[in-house]
Amino acid sequence: MTPRAVLYIIYSMRVGQPVTPYAIRKIILEESYRAHVGHIGSALSIADIIAALFSDLLIIPGPRHPERDRFILSKGHAVLALYAALHLKGVLTRAQLGTYCGNGTLLGSHPEHTLEGIEFSTGSLGHGLAIGAGVALSARMSGGRYRSFVLVSDAECEEGSLWETVMFAAHHKLSNLVAIVDNNGQQAFGKTRDIINLDPLAQKWQAFGWDVREVDGHNVSELKNTLCGFSADSGRPHAVIADTVCGKGVSFMEGKVEWHYLPLSDEQYAVAMKEIEASK
Amino acid sequence: MRRAFVNTLLDIARSDPRVVLMTADLGFMVLEEFQHTHQSRFFNVGVAEANMVGLATGLASCGYIPFLYSIATFASMRGYEQIRNGPILHRLPVRIVGIGGGFEYGHAGPTHAALEDLGITRIQPGLTVIVPADQMQTATAIRKTYDLPGPIYYRIGKNDACVIPALEGRFTLGRIDIVREGSNLLIISTGSITAEAVAAAGELSRDGIEATVAVVSSLRPAPVEDLRNLFSKFDLAVTVEEHYLEGGLGSLVAEVAAERRFHCRVVRCGVEHSLPPEIGSTAYLRELNGLSAESLATRIRETLRSAG
Repeated sequence: MTPRAVLYIIYSMRVGQPVTPYAIRKIILEESYRAHVGHIGSALSIADIIAALFSDLLIIPGPRHPERDRFILSKGHAVLALYAALHLKGVLTRAQLGTYCGNGTLLGSHPEHTLEGIEFSTGSLGHGLAIGAGVALSARMSGGRYRSFVLVSDAECEEGSLWETVMFAAHHKLSNLVAIVDNNGQQAFGKTRDIINLDPLAQKWQAFGWDVREVDGHNVSELKNTLCGFSADSGRPHAVIADTVCGKGVSFMEGKVEWHYLPLSDEQYAVAMKEIEASK
Repeated sequence: MRRAFVNTLLDIARSDPRVVLMTADLGFMVLEEFQHTHQSRFFNVGVAEANMVGLATGLASCGYIPFLYSIATFASMRGYEQIRNGPILHRLPVRIVGIGGGFEYGHAGPTHAALEDLGITRIQPGLTVIVPADQMQTATAIRKTYDLPGPIYYRIGKNDACVIPALEGRFTLGRIDIVREGSNLLIISTGSITAEAVAAAGELSRDGIEATVAVVSSLRPAPVEDLRNLFSKFDLAVTVEEHYLEGGLGSLVAEVAAERRFHCRVVRCGVEHSLPPEIGSTAYLRELNGLSAESLATRIRETLRSAG
């Protein structure tokens, strides 16, 4: 048995609840409503990607284990989905979750690295992929088998710094690096196609030398199959363009620009929760 | 000084496998020996400083000590936000090496003149800022600090021949080094321009004006106690830096002086005007901005005269 397989067994024995899209979305609604904080649409957009990663794909035997896979949420504003997964994995307690966006908490509306389970503080777009590439490079240099997964937003691809990393990772054949693009076509002021048209996004990553797959970002089994299928020795970094809908799971939020920022009213919360419960 | 830096790092890297050197495509004819000796720990990341800082953050989080090499303007400014949100925020041992502060790139023009790097780095409480005055001090400073926890900004002079007499390679974090003693006034200097400050003190001495010359190579942590001790002994302190007047050594000294009741007046010598458009050699630009030994001596004489 390889050391990697042993780590996996240890990891899978951790206490926790199933990390399902339903459970993540429920927590997103509960906590954003309680804290009266927005960015709900963005968090709902990545709920299925987070479920695919955290159910059993990332191998994290302990939060500081040197051989753990690293997950970097570069689109930090969607962090509530990540807090939900960390709670379901048993890393964050319900009481900790209940401090979301309160005074003195470590659970802000962007990730803070001193919180267990968070690798890096993010929130300034265009930065996370470079850090992730540095982690992947470290694994390569030290002979480690850990992988680096970075979740970026589609509008984050408007940042020039991201493409610096895209070029570097391809040049250095960082096949232990996986970038997942939450391709929901929306940004703060409207549709990406109306603000800075990113199309054809997959071809752009491909042209830069990445191994690119396009998937339904709300289909957990498709996401898992794709993410599990990557070879860390393929000679190319991997990009998953995950087509998603901002606000996915709550009909009145889906594809609506205002849900990038708005918090929920009492009535909206009741309707939204009913829809999420129905999806269980 | 950059050769002293590279040679020291080359040596440290032999015994410390954590040391990595990255460059944003600068250092041609300077970094090759490191590249060939430590091939697996040398990366030319291309012309992409912001990415270089991000990569280094990832590397440092996994136990490496990456040194990032570029010209001081690009090293300190292009990836500034990445430095703040990366190694500073995460308290990681990334070393940002800015080569050739002030006018050391001479005729390369204003885009290559680092006149604010010390100001913008010094204001970050989580960032150590080190500015060696000559090559021997560069070697000592790198050796003594390379494995400190947290990030460091080094401003390293371009001139490999620079030697400050009596400095003899001394460096202590948070302390001042005295390279000349005199009782009429205090000159406080940082970095390569210290050679001009020392020469100015020599000129003044011929007129019977004796200056103490203090070298500040540790801007953060600042040598607060040493400065206070010196202020109590002098009526005039003149700061000399190849930097804008705001934010750098002069500001640091004025801040320390203002917090206690000293009789010591602070006069700052630095670059007063925004991005000077004139092109010329380092010596020409220093002279133009009142930073040559001769113009410093003249300014000090006038200051002493006007003070009665």
